[in-house]
Amino acid sequence: MNIIVCIKQVPAKDAPLSIAGNWIRESDIGFEMNEPDSYALEEALRLKEKHGGEVIVLSLGPERVKQTIKEALAKGADRAIHVADDQFAQLDPLGAAKVLAAAIGKEKCDLVLTGLQSDDHGFGQTGVLLAGLLNLPHATIIMQIELRDGKMKLKRELEAGWFQYIECPLPAVLSIQSGINKVRYATLKGIMAAKKKEIATINRESLGVTLEPTQRIERIYVPSKTKKTEFLTGTPKEMAAKLVEKLKFDARVI
Amino acid sequence: MKILVIAEQRQGKWNNTSFETLVAAQQIAAATSGNIAAVVIGKGVATLADELANKNVAEVLLVEHDLLENYTADGYCSALAQVVESRKPDLVLFPHTYQVRDFAPKLAVLLGKGMVGDCTGFRKEADKLVFVRQMFQGKTAADVSFIGAAPWFASFQSGAFRTDLLQAHPGGKAPVNTAKVELKAADIRTKPLELFKEAKASVDLTQAPLIVAVGRGIKAPENIAQAEAVAKALGGEIAASRPICDEGWLPMERQIGSSGQTVAPKLYLALGISGAIQHVVGMKGARTIVAVNKDQNAPIFEIADYGIVADIFEVMPALTEELQKAKG
Repeated sequence: MNIIVCIKQVPAKDAPLSIAGNWIRESDIGFEMNEPDSYALEEALRLKEKHGGEVIVLSLGPERVKQTIKEALAKGADRAIHVADDQFAQLDPLGAAKVLAAAIGKEKCDLVLTGLQSDDHGFGQTGVLLAGLLNLPHATIIMQIELRDGKMKLKRELEAGWFQYIECPLPAVLSIQSGINKVRYATLKGIMAAKKKEIATINRESLGVTLEPTQRIERIYVPSKTKKTEFLTGTPKEMAAKLVEKLKFDARVI
Repeated sequence: MKILVIAEQRQGKWNNTSFETLVAAQQIAAATSGNIAAVVIGKGVATLADELANKNVAEVLLVEHDLLENYTADGYCSALAQVVESRKPDLVLFPHTYQVRDFAPKLAVLLGKGMVGDCTGFRKEADKLVFVRQMFQGKTAADVSFIGAAPWFASFQSGAFRTDLLQAHPGGKAPVNTAKVELKAADIRTKPLELFKEAKASVDLTQAPLIVAVGRGIKAPENIAQAEAVAKALGGEIAASRPICDEGWLPMERQIGSSGQTVAPKLYLALGISGAIQHVVGMKGARTIVAVNKDQNAPIFEIADYGIVADIFEVMPALTEELQKAKG
C-alpha cells in the first residue's frame, strides 16, 4: 500500500496576520503543518503500519515548507516530494490541484490522502479536484478506513450527527476529517532518522502544468463588524462583576 | 445572467440551506436581470420539485434516474454535467453542504471550470460579480471574482442568506420540466452503504438556554473543570469547539459548529474560542454572545455583544464567583 499524503504549511495558529495585497506579510510570522493535514498524515502512517508499503509526503510551496516536510518525515513518512513554488499563494484551487496531480502522476500509488481544508485559504477542494484530475474515485470527510480484499470500507461524516458507510475501490483519493485519530508526536529517534530520508525537490515549472486560472482573489481585508461589541475593562474581578450585571439587567439572560 | 441552483435533498427531505441559496440566486438574478432554474436531483422527488415551483424561479428541472436514488459523487457529477452542458447556465449555485463539498469541485473540473466555495455574500461591481468568502479561519474576508468563460460555480455558506426573504412565484407556479440524463452503473465507482447515527446523545444542546463553550484557549484537559465551574454557577451546559472534541477533552456530542450542533441559546459564553467560521455557523443565532479571549483581533469579537480581552484563566474563577453571588 503506497500512500501519498498532501500537506500544506500554513501560518501558525496564533500568528498575528498583516494583510499584504491578496496574501499576508510572511516575514514576521511562524508557520506550521496545516492541522487537518496532520490527521491525514497520521492515518497514512497507521495504514502503513498495518498493511505495509510506503508513505510519501507531497508539499507545494516556497523553501520554508521543508521544515514541515521534515516534521512529517520525523513522524514516520518514508520520503518526500517538495514542489518548489514561491508564488503558490497566488494559485487558485484548480491550479494548485493541477500541480499536485502532475507530481502524483509521476509516482505509483494506491491511495492519495489530504486534509479536509487548509487553515489559510480554506478552499477545501484539493482532494476532490485531485480525484477529478487523476480520474480516480474519491470520498471526503472520512472518519474511518477499513481495508479489505483490495477495497475500502469508509465511514463518512454527514451533517447533524449522521454518518454513512461507503465502499470505495483502490486507487482512490480520500479527504480525511479532523479527529479521525490521535496524532502522534515525532520522537527523537524519528527526528534523527528523518535526516537521512530523501526530499526530492522539483520546480513547479518542470512539471509542465499549464495554468489557466479560473478565479482571482481581488483583495483580502478584515471583515467589517456586524454587531457593536461592548468591551468590558478593569481587573478580572471587575470585568466579571460588570459582565454579570450586564447579563442580568441589560441582556436579561440570567 | 442565467442561474442554475442545485437544491439538495436526502431521502426526500430538504437540506434547508438549499432555500438560502435560492434567496442568493433571486438576489443575483435581480441584480443582473437574470433568471433561475432550480434543479432537484434524485429518484421519486417530483413532489419536491413541485414544492420548489411555488418559489420565484423561471423553471424547475427534475433530474431523476434509478442510479440517483442514493447520493454518489460519480452519479451526481455525471448527471449534473449533462444538465449544465445542455442548459448552458452562466452561474451554477450550490448550498455549501457536506454533500456539495464532496462533489461540486469535481463537477466543475470535469467541465474544465473552477469553483468558489463557502461564500458568505456577493456584490455586483460594474459588469462583474464579486463573491465574498472568508480566509484564515475567519480572520480575514476575501473578494473573489471569476476569470474566463462561464459557467461559473459557487456555493453559499449556511446562514449567509435569510430564508424569510425567499420570494414566492408571482404567477402562482413555475413549470416543472424533466431533464433527461443517461447514467451507467459501471461509471459509479463508490457504493453507498447504510446511513446511521452514533449512540444517542445524553445531552441536547439545541434545547439548552445557557451555554458555556471552550476553545483552544483552554490549553489542557485538566483546565476544562474551570469552565465547567462557570457553567455550573450559571446553570448552563458546557460545550466546545471542534478541536477540543477532536482531542477527546469533551465528548463529540458537546461540539458546536458545522460538523456538530447548531444552537441558538439565550446566552452563549465563548471562552478562548477564536471564532473560526466552522464554529460560528453553529452559534451565531444566539441571542446574546459573550466572548473572552486574550487576542483582541479574534474574529469571535465580530459577533459578540460583550467582549472581554483577557486571559481566560484569570476571568473564569472571577466569573464563577460573581455568578454564584448573583444567583445567591
